[in-house]
Amino acid sequence: MALLETHGLTARYGDFQALFGVDIALEPGETVAIIGANGAGKTTLMRSITGVLNNDAAQIRHRGVEIGHLQADTIMKRGIAMVPEGRRLFPSLTVEENLIIGGQHKGGRDLGDRIDSFLCRLLGGPDPMELAAGHDGSGYWSLDTVYDLFPILKERRHSPGTALSGGQQQMVAIGRALMSNPDILLCDEISLGLAPVVIKDIYQALPRIKENGASLIVVEQDIGQALKIADRVYCLMEGRVTLEGRPSEITRDDIHAAYFGETA
Amino acid sequence: MIWIDTIVQGILLGGLYALFAAGLSLVFGIMRLVNLAHGDLIVLGSYVILFVVSALGINPFLAAALAAPVMFLLGWVLQKLVLNRTLGEDILPPLLVTFGLSIVIQNGLLEGFSADSQRMSLGALETASVSLGPITMGVMPLMTFASAILVIVALNQLFYRTAIGRAFRATSDDATTASLMGIRPDRVFASATAIAMLVVTIAALYLGTRANFDPSIGPARLIYAFEAVIIGGLGSLWGTLIGGIIIGVAQTLGAAINPEWQILAGHVAFLIVLLVRPRGLFPKGA
Ligand SMILES: Nc1ncnc2c1ncn2[C@@H]1O[C@H](COP(=O)(O)OP(=O)(O)OP(=O)(O)O)[C@@H](O)[C@H]1O
Ligand SMILES: [Mg+2]
Repeated sequence: MALLETHGLTARYGDFQALFGVDIALEPGETVAIIGANGAGKTTLMRSITGVLNNDAAQIRHRGVEIGHLQADTIMKRGIAMVPEGRRLFPSLTVEENLIIGGQHKGGRDLGDRIDSFLCRLLGGPDPMELAAGHDGSGYWSLDTVYDLFPILKERRHSPGTALSGGQQQMVAIGRALMSNPDILLCDEISLGLAPVVIKDIYQALPRIKENGASLIVVEQDIGQALKIADRVYCLMEGRVTLEGRPSEITRDDIHAAYFGETA
Repeated sequence: MIWIDTIVQGILLGGLYALFAAGLSLVFGIMRLVNLAHGDLIVLGSYVILFVVSALGINPFLAAALAAPVMFLLGWVLQKLVLNRTLGEDILPPLLVTFGLSIVIQNGLLEGFSADSQRMSLGALETASVSLGPITMGVMPLMTFASAILVIVALNQLFYRTAIGRAFRATSDDATTASLMGIRPDRVFASATAIAMLVVTIAALYLGTRANFDPSIGPARLIYAFEAVIIGGLGSLWGTLIGGIIIGVAQTLGAAINPEWQILAGHVAFLIVLLVRPRGLFPKGA
């Protein structure tokens, strides 16, 4: 059973349809890269998986459970964390608070969940938290291990998150997602706008993230980078998967065709 | 000397206005919701306290402590079932719905308690005072002012020192990204309004014990609260206290010159501050 799979995933923004029947799968321990041109639907795919965009229940399964209809916070509590496009740090929070908040509402039920579940059942609705079970959010990652992974963050821990350089902010965004000890980490263009040396630093963290129990889906426009780190690659074009394969099996021409929709 | 006394009375009055305003400021700061029913919720709180006082025959302070959890729950349910549905890109729905809520509360109170003006008695405490040289301060105004400071300190602690405060700030920054952290924004908003209703209960206690009240006085309290929040700068609770003090002092000074000028002087002070500092005295992020 795949850790995560989508079946005929569709997504729309109002009248505009952005995804047309996308099928992807992530096996335990795998790194999957999603490539594709601007506007191909990569971020939309990430937003669908994390529940920021809602879908039909059956379109997404996580550990065999249908999650397409669940809200973002419930999906996160199941163990799917995201490093969003553009980092999206909380400007009112310090670096350390940004990290803490990533692990603050992990797994299990807090008091707010219980009150909410109670009120929802009282009003005759389904229990919104039922499907969050099965992941308690404990594991290797904590403030200490994140600071060990990115030592610069410890030095800057009392600065506002947004006072850091782009690369440092990206580290905070990754650390923040790790704090919930996810079994799936989604990374949306973590190298965007960063200098090559910084990109290298950030990508060097990925093996250690995998060692500690997370499988990865990495959205990347830098095809060379994607092919280097991925076990499998999917290429999206205009909301459809146009190529799937192992880096060793696909050629430059395949990619060119899948990326631009023309044969080179 | 009479002027110093007048100014001191104005400062103390400002504490009452800051209490009116703190809940409004909290809710606006977290979810950008302008609650036009805020003043009516305070009046509602006064009636809830009055109801407990007459039902159990206890003093208003104790009654307020009993009313607080009721108001807290009311805030939670109100936000969860009504106000959350109005939040979005468009700022008009929350204005319309809270305006409607204001009318509903006023008419509900009119039905339940009639238009007669009410007052809760505190016995000797009402007239008790302390003298400091030439200045005489009423114990109740002093307690009001102290309560305002306590509320602001407590809210700031909550905001900057607790997990729920962190969730408040994160959700206010970016609700979508907060939901990726396992936070459910509608629940954060419900907690925020519930907490604001605790502050409303404290404001209601002083509103109902220091002067007469009837179902129609909510909107006027809302105006003072608004002015205090805007003078202080949106998002700053200490700014709100300063704003309340400026209005309070302007009102007592105005009244000292001519009793008819009390209300007008407060509004004029508000306009002057707004002309000089359009974003308030302590805008957030400045
Ligand atoms: N909020 C939105 N409302 C309407 N349309 C949107 C919205 N977000 C994205 N789209 C559209 O959906 C399509 C897919 O966008 P998406 O952001 O998923 O692309 P992407 O592959 O992540 O692109 P990029 O590489 O530029 O990040 C695009 O045509 C885009 O214009
Ligand atoms: Mg994108």
